[in-house]
Amino acid sequence: MTKLIPGAETAARIRAAIPDAELEEAADWVVVDAPHLVALATFLRDDEYFDCRYPTAITGVDRLDHFEVVYHLSSLQRNHMVILKTRALDHEAPELPSVVPVWYGAHLQEREIYDLMGIRFSGHPSLKRIFLWEGFAGHPLRKDFLTLPSGHKPGLAHFPKE
Amino acid sequence: MPELRTEPLVVNFGPQHPSTHGVFRMRVVLDGERVVDVEMVMGYLHRSMEKLAEERTYTQNIPFTDRMDYLSAMTGNLAYCLAVEKLAGIEVPERAQYLRVIFSELQRIANHCMAIGIFLNDCGAWQTPVMWMFRDREKILDLFEMTCGARLTTNYMRIGGVSFDLPDEFMPRANALVQELPDRISEYESLLLENEILQARARDVGVLSPELAIASSVSGPILRSTGVAWDIRKADPYCVYDRMEFDIPVGYRGDNYDRFLVRMEEMRQSVRILRQALEQLPPGPFKTDIPLALRPPVGETYARVESPKGELGFYLVSDGGPTPYRFHVRPPSLLNITALKEMTVGLTVSDLVITLGSTDIVLGEVDR
Repeated sequence: MTKLIPGAETAARIRAAIPDAELEEAADWVVVDAPHLVALATFLRDDEYFDCRYPTAITGVDRLDHFEVVYHLSSLQRNHMVILKTRALDHEAPELPSVVPVWYGAHLQEREIYDLMGIRFSGHPSLKRIFLWEGFAGHPLRKDFLTLPSGHKPGLAHFPKE
Repeated sequence: MPELRTEPLVVNFGPQHPSTHGVFRMRVVLDGERVVDVEMVMGYLHRSMEKLAEERTYTQNIPFTDRMDYLSAMTGNLAYCLAVEKLAGIEVPERAQYLRVIFSELQRIANHCMAIGIFLNDCGAWQTPVMWMFRDREKILDLFEMTCGARLTTNYMRIGGVSFDLPDEFMPRANALVQELPDRISEYESLLLENEILQARARDVGVLSPELAIASSVSGPILRSTGVAWDIRKADPYCVYDRMEFDIPVGYRGDNYDRFLVRMEEMRQSVRILRQALEQLPPGPFKTDIPLALRPPVGETYARVESPKGELGFYLVSDGGPTPYRFHVRPPSLLNITALKEMTVGLTVSDLVITLGSTDIVLGEVDR
């Protein structure tokens, strides 16, 4: 089984290596502040214990007042996973540093987040929309993109009793 | 004699071209016959499933997962159902777990028949290998049809189990298929493995190094063809894969030919798993009852399976309501072409075509 490294353990090891990073720890993940993201990502990749050379999945979540970007990072050799999160606090024009220099696999995933959620990744080699065309108005995965009147959800209309 | 000056030529490859396996466009810069630069353009099949899923209940989202990788709908269903079960803490009966393994492996064989056949089509073996392999794929789709009524977009798995139990005629047909498949695979191997044209076209073409493959999130047969023995069924077993005995085939060159070999051997291993699963299949219930509008507790989860294309994962965030707050797919087809440019620069146009074909790309999953 792939071992999920608990947030407390990850945080303790990161604090020992990068003392000035601002961390917040939860049961399964660690939240890092945006300015330290790239340094921390490099540390997780190169550290002998973490060895997170394989970026499994990168995605964004709209938390209404800020955006959260979630990095699922794995080591194939040690068969474990670390979940790292970071926040883009400006909801109008969110911006985060790109981790493409650390993991090439972030290339298309960051472009997807930019396209659908509108988070700009500074330092990305070619940050262009990936699925939608240039000039498409808005970013569809944001919660305020085209909501139906009165919060109507079409899927739930079939279950009036539920 | 003065040197002949040439200019780079930009060619739009696709989106409507049979060898792009869907609506995929490559903006290729050519210097004569050689590829200098490749820019991928996609999104022609974007249906915004991640947004649509946020307005539908957890059960209503299952059909979306068929339509992502429409050549392996079963594993798409399975990955999503595993994620919801992990999020809501639902136990799955043992029989359902075996049925999931059986249908995943049948799907893997069907998918690899398609992948290998179409790859050889790209290489120039026009239609004959495809038709031969479709003969086996057809029998697998017949098994799907008799079980759940659909051949391609199966919508078979349910949260907490599967939708139908096996019909009476399933077991004899499945056992007969498992008996004859190894002979069929041997037949294909004797026809194709040492074929001179295939060797000449695919050997040392589209080479991917293991370091680049790991750094660029490549998974599945493409990662294994570079020599990295990484298979989610072994590394992070789900369902009852930990009870099955099978090997992980790996290549060592990371070229098109090794990808073909790995897929060929994976079909054999799938037959091995199928034999064990069909033999061990226990009686009992095949699903658990869950509420119509399931409300998982607040939280988030990531669950993954080894789909025929690679690591298919679902990241779900629940806010306690009946619909997912965030529904994200980690699509193997999209991430497997991250390093397409590195694999193809320097090749000729005809090798670009087979290198794209060897990644087994499905545009329904790339664009979603």
